[in-house]
Amino acid sequence: MGTFALHALLLLALCCSAGKCELQESETSAQTDSPGVDPFMSGPDEPQASPVEDRANLPVFTMDYPRIQVPFEFTMWVLLASFAKIGFNIYHKITIWIPESCLLISIGLIVGAIMHSVKEEPPAVLNSNVFFLYMLPLIVLDSGYFMPTRPFFENVGTVLWYAVVGTLWNSIGIGISLFAICQFEVFGVQDINLQENLLFASIVSTVDPVAALNVFDDIGVNEQTYIIIFGEGLFNDAVTVVLYNMFTFLAALPVVESTDVFLGTAQFLVVAAGGVLFGLVFGFVAAFTTRFTHGVRQIEPLFVFLYSYLAYLVAECFAISSVMALITCAITMKYYVEENVSQSSCTTIRHVVKMLATISETLIFFFLGVVTITTEHEWNWAYILFTLLFAFVWRGIGMLVLTQIINPFRTVPLNFTDQFGLAYGGLRGAICFALVFTLPDSINRKDLFVTASIAVITFTVFIQGISIRPILEYMNIRKTNKDVDTINVEIHTRTMEHVLSGVEDLCGQWSHYYWKDKFKKFNDRVLRRILLRHNRAESSIVSLYKRLELQSAIGLLDSPMGDLGAAPSLLPLHDERKEATRPKKKFLAADVRKMHHILSKNMYNIRQKTMAYTNKYDLPDDSQNREILICRHASVRRSLRAASFRQPVSFFILFIVGWTPSRGPGGPPPDRPHHLLGRTLGTTGVPEVRRVRASGAGRPQGGVIRIGRTKGNRRTGTEENTRHYYGTPRGGAEAQGVDDWKY
Amino acid sequence: MGSKASTLLREEEIEEIKKETGFSHSQITRLYSRFTSLDKGENGTLSREDFQRIPELAINPLGDRIINAFFPEGEDQVNFRGFMRILAHFRPIEDNEKKSVAVSEPLNSRTNKLLFAFRLYDLDRDDKISREELLQVLRMMVGVNISDDQLGSIADRTIQEADTNGDNSISFNEFIKVLEKVDVEQKMSIRFLH
Repeated sequence: MGTFALHALLLLALCCSAGKCELQESETSAQTDSPGVDPFMSGPDEPQASPVEDRANLPVFTMDYPRIQVPFEFTMWVLLASFAKIGFNIYHKITIWIPESCLLISIGLIVGAIMHSVKEEPPAVLNSNVFFLYMLPLIVLDSGYFMPTRPFFENVGTVLWYAVVGTLWNSIGIGISLFAICQFEVFGVQDINLQENLLFASIVSTVDPVAALNVFDDIGVNEQTYIIIFGEGLFNDAVTVVLYNMFTFLAALPVVESTDVFLGTAQFLVVAAGGVLFGLVFGFVAAFTTRFTHGVRQIEPLFVFLYSYLAYLVAECFAISSVMALITCAITMKYYVEENVSQSSCTTIRHVVKMLATISETLIFFFLGVVTITTEHEWNWAYILFTLLFAFVWRGIGMLVLTQIINPFRTVPLNFTDQFGLAYGGLRGAICFALVFTLPDSINRKDLFVTASIAVITFTVFIQGISIRPILEYMNIRKTNKDVDTINVEIHTRTMEHVLSGVEDLCGQWSHYYWKDKFKKFNDRVLRRILLRHNRAESSIVSLYKRLELQSAIGLLDSPMGDLGAAPSLLPLHDERKEATRPKKKFLAADVRKMHHILSKNMYNIRQKTMAYTNKYDLPDDSQNREILICRHASVRRSLRAASFRQPVSFFILFIVGWTPSRGPGGPPPDRPHHLLGRTLGTTGVPEVRRVRASGAGRPQGGVIRIGRTKGNRRTGTEENTRHYYGTPRGGAEAQGVDDWKY
Repeated sequence: MGSKASTLLREEEIEEIKKETGFSHSQITRLYSRFTSLDKGENGTLSREDFQRIPELAINPLGDRIINAFFPEGEDQVNFRGFMRILAHFRPIEDNEKKSVAVSEPLNSRTNKLLFAFRLYDLDRDDKISREELLQVLRMMVGVNISDDQLGSIADRTIQEADTNGDNSISFNEFIKVLEKVDVEQKMSIRFLH
């Protein structure tokens, strides 16, 4: 409740200050033309200056609002939006049912209503330059940076197919249909020619389906559909901007000839390819720069932003697809930069990218809401309704046709639910509004276009956005039969799902294997050597392990025999006979229900490959992975301690294992970033420690050291038992053997 | 690179694997490329480290057990035949296979799929899932928020539901019985790419 009170206060403050500003201006305008405020003629909370003196006193307290007006209002907008987000997330249930864009637009509408009642105009800051130079790059950078590259490249054909061909299909379809409608005199829109219709259609076909991804996550649409949605949302921005520019240009021409169409297509290709090229160049340069930034860690994040923005601006300068350039730059850069920079820089980059994108998008939605209420609208029932109809229809048809064409080429064809989800999930977003709002005024009927696109956005976001979840759930529920499973079934099916997921990952199912392998080799041999500072992989899993190591080393010192409770868990393996004589417990139905509940809440989900990118407004969440790793780590530690529990001699080794700091800057070899504590249980259940050392010194296989077994090895055990779970032989980039601890 | 020649797949081997596992020619060659890419030591066999290098297995709660399943009793290396033999369990059951009455049961039959899952629990291969073995797997699959007592009750209930002969453990037949309504063929099948 406190936040709502704060909200209201903020709103009031915002509008009052804006209103007050106007009041002041109208008062002072009679006296002076300057926009500055006469400090003596201000509101009631100022001390009344003595009215008659000629000599001006030193003003004790003044207020100069117009000076700070623009940045102040900008900050208040963003603050308001952030409060709104806090509010939404407190009531988590809301965000499940209502997409965030809905909520943002609603807030915008409310603020717009208040402003309208105070007779205040929204600050006229959203113009073409501001949008294209400041706001769009932030949104695109976010999408590009968090693009999941592996699934994307595995499905690149399909993604581009839907993004490019789909958008073209929609634009041209809607444009031509609307043009046909315009021919009817009765609707009164005859003056819109074909180019303008096409322009409008290209704006209206920009979809932002990511907003609907949360729904798909819970329903369990397959990974391919996710990446198609994600990629479509991303790339159709690029396509739309290109089309927008092209049609704006064409709209200015009186007559369109066939050569223009041909040139348009050629321009499209050049623009796209050029964008990719620029992006790659800047991406590699950025990666190379970060190789040398180890001395200036504080400004490392800056390079990411500077280079991406540069790529964007330079591409804009040459009228090449800046969106493509930015996306390509972000994707290229991310892989190498995240290995070169420090962990905290990495976190900073991610957070700032998300923040900036959130600000940008929020502002656009706010404008949408405010503009909806405050500006003059030109309403033409026919045009707007037909736009809605055609937008819906063409997207549906487009999805069907495109899927039919591409399904034979896919290993996992899209079924009807997927297609429906894709088609219905095509919500229009912020970019659609921004593009139409920044149309040049030379387009006549611009107001009609603005109104129509606001209508389309509002309709899709509210109606489609809210209804998609119930519809998909209904469609899905009919497939799975919700029997009351026994506990056995629940556990064993989850086991099988994990196994399946694991074996799938093991088989590495991807279709462009040949190219991926080639690229990987090129990457390892050439690119990584040039662009990376230490040619080793420190993925987040590895660095997590290192941190865990440190923590448990300290923990080991504090409570050497602590956690004894866990050690005996290995012993009962031999006490099975006792188990058989346990008295059987009685389980009530309530107990069983409770067990179901516990299991369903706590069992780990299958590794949702899509988890990382379903939520546009959040950072990728890897808490489940961390938990699993921590558990495995802990269980290994426990078993080590259990071993030591039996044989005190080996405990010293254990102690030193925990305590010795890890050797130097060696890290795992580049193509094996994930050393794991695999555990082999020997026949008696005592874990064996096996260490295989890579041959820097010509010894292909190191000795096998068994903790707790061979006392004779204690000496060598001590030396070599460094906490070196991920060791590389020093200086070995392309180590042939394996050097890792394997417990 | 010269040693690679000895590890190339020969036609006869492909035929044998085809007969044993039922994979198609192209599937076998595809999986062979995957096998060789995992085999960093280039000696024609995979060790546990090779498997552990796969990052997604690291964050699979049952990663260790899955890896273990590939290695025959007591061995530490698996060759391509063994690799394929295990993967054959996950081949989808095709319609014509359901009808044919083969001499020996194909590797991807429902029973064999269930046997694979059963062996994940039953580490000591005594054909019984004891309470302890069940607890171990449960603990791996469940987060940190469940206490040992709760988990113990869940394990007890699981055994109680399945156990028909009163030995307080789940035998393979009991396992099959308790999962008879589950579509195991679909849950334990991967669509292998051609």
